[in-house]
Amino acid sequence: MTSTALNLNYLQVKKGIFSWIFSVDHKRIGLLYLYSLITFFLVGATLGVLMRLELLNPGKDLFEAQTYNQIFTMHGVIMIFLFIIPSIPAVFGNFFLPIMLGTDDVSFPRLNLLSWWIYIIGAIMALSTLIFGDGPADTGWTFYAPYSVKTGTNVTMSVLAAFVLGFSSILTGLNFIVTIHRLRTPGMTFLKMPLFAWALYATSWIQLLATPIVGITLLMIVAERVFGVGLFDPSIGGDPILYQHLFWIYSHPAVYIMALPAFGIISELLPTFSNRTIFGYKAIAFSSLAIAFVGYFVWGHHMFTSGMSGTARIIYSILTFLVAIPTAIKVFNWVATLYKGSIDVQPPLLYALGFIFQFMIGGLSGVVLGALAADIHLHDTYFVVGHFHYVMFGGTGFAFFGALHYWYPKIWGRMYNKLVANIAFFILFIGFNLLYFPMMVVGLMGMPRRYYDYLPEFHLPNMISTFGSWIVAVGLLLMLGNLIAGFRRKREAIVRNPWGTGITLEWQTLSPPPLANFDRMPVLPQDGPYDFDHKPEIKE
Amino acid sequence: MEHTSGFSLPNSGHNRDAEASKMGMWLFLFTELLLFGGLFIVYMVYRSLNPESFLLASFELDVTMGTFNTIVLLVSSMTIAMSITAIQTGNAKKSILLLYTTLGLAIVFLIVKYFEWSAKIHHGLFPGFEVYDNLPPGESLFFFLYFFMTGLHALHIIIGGIIISVVIHRTNKGLVNKEKYTLTENAGLYWHLVDLIWIYLFPLFYLIH
Repeated sequence: MTSTALNLNYLQVKKGIFSWIFSVDHKRIGLLYLYSLITFFLVGATLGVLMRLELLNPGKDLFEAQTYNQIFTMHGVIMIFLFIIPSIPAVFGNFFLPIMLGTDDVSFPRLNLLSWWIYIIGAIMALSTLIFGDGPADTGWTFYAPYSVKTGTNVTMSVLAAFVLGFSSILTGLNFIVTIHRLRTPGMTFLKMPLFAWALYATSWIQLLATPIVGITLLMIVAERVFGVGLFDPSIGGDPILYQHLFWIYSHPAVYIMALPAFGIISELLPTFSNRTIFGYKAIAFSSLAIAFVGYFVWGHHMFTSGMSGTARIIYSILTFLVAIPTAIKVFNWVATLYKGSIDVQPPLLYALGFIFQFMIGGLSGVVLGALAADIHLHDTYFVVGHFHYVMFGGTGFAFFGALHYWYPKIWGRMYNKLVANIAFFILFIGFNLLYFPMMVVGLMGMPRRYYDYLPEFHLPNMISTFGSWIVAVGLLLMLGNLIAGFRRKREAIVRNPWGTGITLEWQTLSPPPLANFDRMPVLPQDGPYDFDHKPEIKE
Repeated sequence: MEHTSGFSLPNSGHNRDAEASKMGMWLFLFTELLLFGGLFIVYMVYRSLNPESFLLASFELDVTMGTFNTIVLLVSSMTIAMSITAIQTGNAKKSILLLYTTLGLAIVFLIVKYFEWSAKIHHGLFPGFEVYDNLPPGESLFFFLYFFMTGLHALHIIIGGIIISVVIHRTNKGLVNKEKYTLTENAGLYWHLVDLIWIYLFPLFYLIH
């Protein structure tokens, strides 16, 4: 190999589609995930806008009730299984975890590629229900029995898709755990790891230990549909509540698969743009593990109205409140990090602040739902829809976009137009709150979720919400357009540390990084990963 | 740029790391345990809801065949453990022989299973047959869980058999040897898991009265 070949960055080493889809380079796999995820996200978002359009006025506007049911199911399946569960770990975890640990790849590079392929196969299976079979499932993304074993729509394929996607999730989690244990650079102890790595570590354990349960549960749904036995159908001896338990044993921890990586992102963004050390490093690190642990035992709060015993409900309610503690620890530490920092308001920081604001609303409304008495009133209303969109989209989604803006110069060695990025953020922020806050109001008024029609008195909030969805769409397009336009901008040499204050190891290497990630030995800050007082000097 | 050439990181994902492989295998085994764990929960719940039907239905199973298969699997677990010791001491021939023995025992297990299953299906105890459809709900659940869980387990036996064949092939080519035997160890771990699951399935379906 000539010396020029060695100096190529990871985007230049090889060309052609096959050098991408069969690449074992964690950076390329991260980007494969990014492009596929964004594609599916746009499909899911389009379905969401269509739903809002139907709900603009009471009565039937665009679709039949059945079509509406299929659209919200598809929206849920795509957004949950294809976008938000893989999102941050699969894209930024894959790309940056090895670099932040000071190594050149994950522990099992080929397994990593396999997990992307499995993801694509699962995605094709999920989307194929749009075209083939008896139409997409109309059960909601939860596939509740007994309806899911009786409906004539193509539930079998959707369920199998979710099962396959679970494999991909398990393999990524397994890979990250082993990578974190085996490949940290010498001198980086667990307590000197960046907080993003900590968040991924906690997430990976959930992926590993929760996903198999939903896998087998979904297989039982398939078996029940194929053989017509009564595993969950009460008319032939089954127990539908058992299905709900098994489903939420996974799907509640899955909420933390979605949220914990976002916490990790925020913990990276705030020190960089406050130019000071993170407040409460250990508290943030261990609260991730605490959330992962307690999060296992709270699934029953999805089933308060399903007929569990009073004792069980009280226990689940108490445990649910407990989750609020480690979560609040994080929020307080983030805010304390900003205090007396020298704050540099850049697009990624705006997303981080947007995250904190919206996640607080989402988190606190979650406490409302965790309270038994309140939940009886609010169960299956639009309040729930508003709540989880505040957490998932306003939280994880915004963290995802923040990460995209934060690492953009490192990934592609270019810079987007910051002014447009700021404008896009504010459009998105305003649109988001217009879209989802009225849902909480209308939920409190008593509007149930998953209906294509509603009473006339719910008209105004629904109208505002639909207007909000258009603003969100504009904001998303502007944001993505600006990022794509960034590829075409005249290439200025992007320095190693374009924000000037980045402290984790990825800012010590070239932008974009070379194939082996580092061109010289990364140097750890003296006193922990966020030791801004003894930052290693970064020479170009 | 002189700093690029000749530089390599101390830790690399592309290095051979036996510890990492084994850790990965153990983590994978956790997921397998949880996969069956979900089924064990379902079994437990339905058994406690229909204790009499489960008891009645369990008398239909052939304890002799089940016991025989249990012994077969236990012996196969022993032979694969012995094959790991053999390769560690550099005796590739013996290791391969023991792997073939394990593979043979796996096939014996599947053959016995085949006869058990076909006897049940012959009696109409499978979904779709009239006898099955007229069973009380508890008994039909028992038989379906029996087919589902032992079926999933049999699938694992088949996958384990494929893995063992790969190990045999690679040992033959000298790719698995005295220095590099992680593959054999991981195959052993997987096989022990398959054995372990059966150790729980056997009493749950055949023995509990």
